[in-house]
Amino acid sequence: MFKEFLCSVFFLILAHVPLIANSQESVRLGIPVTEEDLLEFDLIAPPDGSGFPPGGGTAQEGKQIYDVNCAVCHGAGGEGTSGNTVIVGGDMQSEGPPLRTVGSYWPYASTLFDFIRRAMPATAPKSLTNEQVYQVTAYVLFMNGIVEEGTQINGDTIREIEMPNANGFIDRSHIQ
Amino acid sequence: MSDEKLGKVAGNGLISRRHLLKVGASGAGLALSAGALGADQGLSFQIPTWSRQPGPGATAYGARSPFADDLQRLAAQPNPTYPGGGSSRSPLQHLQGTITPNSLHFERHHAGVPNIDPSQHMLVINGLVRQPLAFRYEDLLKYQMVSRIHFLECSGNSGALLRGEIGGSAQSLHGLVSCAEWTGIPLSTLLDEAGVLPEAAWVAAVGADAASMGRSIPLTKALDDVMVALYQNGEAVRPGQGYPMRLFCPGWEGNVSVKWLTQIKVTQEPAQFRDETSKYTDTLQNRSSYQFTFPMGTKSLITSPSGEMTLNQPGIYQITGIAWSGRGSIRQVEVSADGGKTWAEAAIQGHQLDRALTRFTIPWEWNGGDAILQSRATDSRGSIQPTRSDVIASRGTLSFYHNPCIQSWQVGPAGEVRNVYV
Ligand code: HEC
Repeated sequence: MFKEFLCSVFFLILAHVPLIANSQESVRLGIPVTEEDLLEFDLIAPPDGSGFPPGGGTAQEGKQIYDVNCAVCHGAGGEGTSGNTVIVGGDMQSEGPPLRTVGSYWPYASTLFDFIRRAMPATAPKSLTNEQVYQVTAYVLFMNGIVEEGTQINGDTIREIEMPNANGFIDRSHIQ
Repeated sequence: MSDEKLGKVAGNGLISRRHLLKVGASGAGLALSAGALGADQGLSFQIPTWSRQPGPGATAYGARSPFADDLQRLAAQPNPTYPGGGSSRSPLQHLQGTITPNSLHFERHHAGVPNIDPSQHMLVINGLVRQPLAFRYEDLLKYQMVSRIHFLECSGNSGALLRGEIGGSAQSLHGLVSCAEWTGIPLSTLLDEAGVLPEAAWVAAVGADAASMGRSIPLTKALDDVMVALYQNGEAVRPGQGYPMRLFCPGWEGNVSVKWLTQIKVTQEPAQFRDETSKYTDTLQNRSSYQFTFPMGTKSLITSPSGEMTLNQPGIYQITGIAWSGRGSIRQVEVSADGGKTWAEAAIQGHQLDRALTRFTIPWEWNGGDAILQSRATDSRGSIQPTRSDVIASRGTLSFYHNPCIQSWQVGPAGEVRNVYV
């Protein structure tokens, strides 16, 4: 009986050893990795063009991808099928409440590539290739009258695109 | 009873917060008709069945009483074009104290709740650091942790009031705020380990959900009080709150506390994610828009009596509610029963913690007539909760995020309580 008790205590301690937190302040358990390891993992594509993958595409190439993968929710011309799926049109200076879309509201074109690559199509995010994301990004910009049908969109050219509402924002990040 | 004897301190029946302490039970019993006997009230003094037989024994995982299981979050109808997207709201009018049970904490998802195996999940820190690092969940559990009680509020909470929505309850109008004890690792510990480079000014946080939701956060905040939260009210953070780990940014709009956290990238500039440009920005009347509105406002709300409740008879009621501020603790809450003409200071029930929900209460005698109940908070920095017209005057009605305005509840002749605009 006593032996059995000892045994079970021993077992308990053993079972818990790997889980006990090490409370020394010098714990440093991060595993060193390289940016190359993260090329597919890191999807951040900011306005300065860093983080954009190789490749590119045009609206001409993107139309078919849009029609097949996006139109069902965003409408054939980006007019949307619900309040939060309108991605074309609008005017920030309109008389009534302005319709805020990629074309009328977004300050950066990079956001479009970044967002489509990480989150769209909503039913199967990350199912498009980088090439297809460039193409469909170009097509959404084209539908908004921001680029020509044949404009090549890639990590270099996307930086140069001036969005209509680029100067429409007031940065309040200093209020913390 | 005369107003003076009852300790009336403001118009339309508000009673001194100190009053009930003095009169005790006799005060609380005022609403009962005098002289009613227990038996006349339908009370039975027979030993009940549950006192006559042993109940079931202890269980491995708790459940609430079947008599109290109708308390639910309010979730929007699923939307086939927005798979997994949407929110669920805490039943504020039925909660007490300041801590929200984990099962009732509000949720907001952009692409549903991922089912993450923690042994397959990593937190990566890269970008402007000396050494990019990947942390395994089991390793993070070995770091020294901190615990803090904080509210979390969705940027879009209470937006309905700026839209002028008719009706609604505390839950449907304001249920995107909750409060919990969060335990985790200061983000600064992990950033130090990677070694932040001098030119860094922001971090980009990304989740492992299907939307890979991302937000940019100034490095000053990231190094100050942001944590990688692993526990909520003592248990592992639940899937709806970011299991196995979420970022937690005290006092700031909920969306930056990225759930299912899998990447922190140290950068010079904000990443300009879709959820900090297209959404969570506020367009002003002149058509320019505020971006990166981080701390939530100074705010309070009467949770009882509140919209869609009914007072069953005139008499004394305990008004109760919650107050919070994204930039400090709550110093004072005032309550009005006459639509803001006169105010009385409410009593604080429990703690007044930094950037946490604070519970207030004040007795009120409803005389059966018209009443409009409001509450107004002041935080430790002296910032006072604005009225709805203050908010509209300063920024118009084109945007609905970040609204801290005073809520008005009207009590009608039949005791019915409704959301109104005064
Ligand atoms: C199943 C429906 C669905 C499909 C298919 C879909 N989307 Fe979306 N999309 C949405 C929803 C819903 C949102 C809003 C998400 C949110 O608010 O979190 C959205 C948001 C967007 C936005 C941001 C809109 C804004 O103003 O913030 C863009 C751009 C976009 N989608 C592009 C695309 C593209 C390109 C495709 C095709 C590759 C696509 N979507 C396919 C449903 C869909």
